[in-house]
Amino acid sequence: MVSERDVEHIAELADIGIIKDELDEFTVQFNKILDYFDILDAVEGNSGYEQELNNVLREDVARPSLSQEDALKNAGETEDGFFKAPRVM
Amino acid sequence: MAPSRLSFSPDDRINAFLTTCPEPEYGTGSLEGVTVAIKDNISTKGIRTTAGSRILEGYIPPYDAHVVSLLIAEGAAIAGKTNMDEFGMGTTTENSGYGPTLNPLDTGRVPGGSSGGSAAAVASGMVRMALGSDTGGSIRCPAAFCGIVGLKPTYGRVSRYGLIAYANSLEQIGPMAMTVGETSRLMQVIAGHDPRDTTSIEKPYCHTPDNNIQGRRIGVPEEFFGAGVDPAVAASVWEAIEVLEKKGAEIVTCRMPSMEYALAAYYVTCTCEASSNLARFDGVRYGPPVDTKKSWHEAFQERRGISFGKEVRRRIMLGTFALSSGYYGKYYAKAQSARQQVKNDFMRLYKQVDVLAGPTMPTIAFRLGEKADPLSMYLSDILTVPANLAGVPAISIPCGTVEGMPVGLQIMGRPFEDEVVIDTAYAYEQAVV
Repeated sequence: MVSERDVEHIAELADIGIIKDELDEFTVQFNKILDYFDILDAVEGNSGYEQELNNVLREDVARPSLSQEDALKNAGETEDGFFKAPRVM
Repeated sequence: MAPSRLSFSPDDRINAFLTTCPEPEYGTGSLEGVTVAIKDNISTKGIRTTAGSRILEGYIPPYDAHVVSLLIAEGAAIAGKTNMDEFGMGTTTENSGYGPTLNPLDTGRVPGGSSGGSAAAVASGMVRMALGSDTGGSIRCPAAFCGIVGLKPTYGRVSRYGLIAYANSLEQIGPMAMTVGETSRLMQVIAGHDPRDTTSIEKPYCHTPDNNIQGRRIGVPEEFFGAGVDPAVAASVWEAIEVLEKKGAEIVTCRMPSMEYALAAYYVTCTCEASSNLARFDGVRYGPPVDTKKSWHEAFQERRGISFGKEVRRRIMLGTFALSSGYYGKYYAKAQSARQQVKNDFMRLYKQVDVLAGPTMPTIAFRLGEKADPLSMYLSDILTVPANLAGVPAISIPCGTVEGMPVGLQIMGRPFEDEVVIDTAYAYEQAVV
């Protein structure tokens, strides 16, 4: 069982933004879904999933890529050719 | 020489399109002048692309997805971008940030999802063909609900470069059209190796459908007709399987015990992948901007709280929870073991049979608003998710109607035997037209 407090904590970890009015609905839904996921407890072994992947390598040669102008075109705010982001510290 | 253009101004009362291109250019090639609609999570240079999300409102990609470059090179006319569940998260197209698409066959019902706009655009005749993407049934479900053909190719056969990712290990771009022949034609254009997708494999698709299925072994797992499958839908699908038998196929009933875990394995895997994939939507590089005067977490939470829909936020939180300290072993690790069991079941069965068949969806198209409870919506994906977990090709083709709404027959094949899946579907189609 997860509580409303747990859901609030997960929302904080995921930077998802949650308001008090939504907590009850999300908590009820989470518990129903997590109850369903409990069926996985019956899965035997810990084989994991074999991805059958191989490393794909290429020569370290520069290739054409996005121009700075194109890369910045969709940004909300830019400054001196950089993305402008909220302060981190 | 000036490029050729055609005029495209559909009467889109069902909200199939998020963006239309009124005068698309086209060139010469195998798709010369053919109108193709593109699901809105596939990047199109210079054409607004939102993935059905408000967090990408106004985003204009600076490059084309590989599949879009291939379509243009073969002369296709890109008609527009189709509506979808936000980032592909849904089974109805009701989770779009831009309103639902209606089923063109009954506007009180959903078209299925998440590629609902693509299926509706084809089914209503607005375009000849469309691209969808399929993470857990998102091509096959709307194909079934709208009465068209949709193929989820083998994982690795079609490049995902330029696809706005939600669950990378599960999703493939694939073709949708009215007939198997048209679907195959579109597949021929989009399949092939692309070095920009590291999971892309050198297996081009050069194939003309063949309806001779004499001696083909078709497995029918009991579990595909289990609880939750509408008996009328089941009857329709069995009739279709009998048609294949009359055309020379051998029907083999079998078991697929891992079906018990498949849906939970799928939802744990896709929500975990979503929780890390969607971290990039931060309002800094694209989409509606954040308030840069606020602190990072405050600004980020505010933007994501406003611009992500509820289903997206639910899946990000579920994935974050399942990957959080102390729960990894219980959810993600177990889901991966279950995923391996699903794959083992397919490979065991493919030693006895060539393809597997059953219903695409347990029911006909839902009424609008019918699947308001998330878990009940998830449960409706039970028959489509196994193919994504195992990476095998799977097609949905129309096979009769129930209450006037189409039913989909699903055929799944061995990895990289998309051709066999197409041929089996073609044999059915040719037998009933």
